[in-house]
Amino acid sequence: MSAVLFFIAAIVAIAGAFGVVMLRNPFYNVLSLVCHLVALAALFLLLRAEFVAAAQVVVYAGAVMVLYVFVVAYVGGADESVTHFTGGADRPGALRVLGPLFGVAVAVELCIALLGTALKGISGKGAPYVLGFGTPKQIGTEFLTTYLFPFEVASLLLLVAAIGAVVLARRRRGLEPDESLDARLRPARPAYTGTMAEVAGLVAHGDGEAGR
Amino acid sequence: MAIGWYLVVSAIIFCIGAVGVLVRPNPLVILLCLELMLNAANLALVAFSRMWGGSDGQVFALIVMVIAACEVTVGLGLIVAIYRRRLAIDVDELNELRG
Repeated sequence: MSAVLFFIAAIVAIAGAFGVVMLRNPFYNVLSLVCHLVALAALFLLLRAEFVAAAQVVVYAGAVMVLYVFVVAYVGGADESVTHFTGGADRPGALRVLGPLFGVAVAVELCIALLGTALKGISGKGAPYVLGFGTPKQIGTEFLTTYLFPFEVASLLLLVAAIGAVVLARRRRGLEPDESLDARLRPARPAYTGTMAEVAGLVAHGDGEAGR
Repeated sequence: MAIGWYLVVSAIIFCIGAVGVLVRPNPLVILLCLELMLNAANLALVAFSRMWGGSDGQVFALIVMVIAACEVTVGLGLIVAIYRRRLAIDVDELNELRG
């Protein structure tokens, strides 16, 4: 039973990973990453890491992916400048060919090394299961005793990253064209009020704003 | 299932993520592929934790998830900033960080 579940979860995870790399629409990329993460959570459950699986689904597939979806929606995934480079006019062609070759070579090498190894631990089913392995209680005890320092550093890092993201993504005056401010500073002028552009015939009568 | 099979899945996912980082020019997709690679490392950590019967690997898998969240936050902030300046969202054309 666990073998069947393992193969289903592994195939879904690898298919999701392929979807992330191959699909052209960034929305579909994010959705297939969600698929991949849920399958990976199933693998974690098979490895009896219940708390990590729950955190994976709640934090990763829930929170982080929502962030991604919002940014893809904001940037406007499919139609502009994100998908036009499939032709790769100025993209080095060598990278497009050698990249997948490199990946396949590394994957084959790693698989040979892992499956052909003589290490007993890897080919076994793991340590005998004791009750309470991977529960929140055990993880929390580890975090607050043995790994207290990494825990605190991680929380500090999260704070720094949140502030950094706010600083990076805030609206800055002067860096970008600010249309609303522009329109307020130059009120609409009625036609036939004698601007130079109207006299020279550069602006059609009635749309005094267009020539500036 | 033997632990080795989990490690094989982890290796394959890692390689897919690495190829995605090399091939795709869209920084959003590159961030997603980085997530793939971090998740492959997570799977290997959890598999080794099962192999030894200790929970240290799971603790570090959680810390890797924190790191991934930080990386995503800063990366998406950069992408939003790039988009605000009406630059092309393409890593081949973005080769300087000067404001």
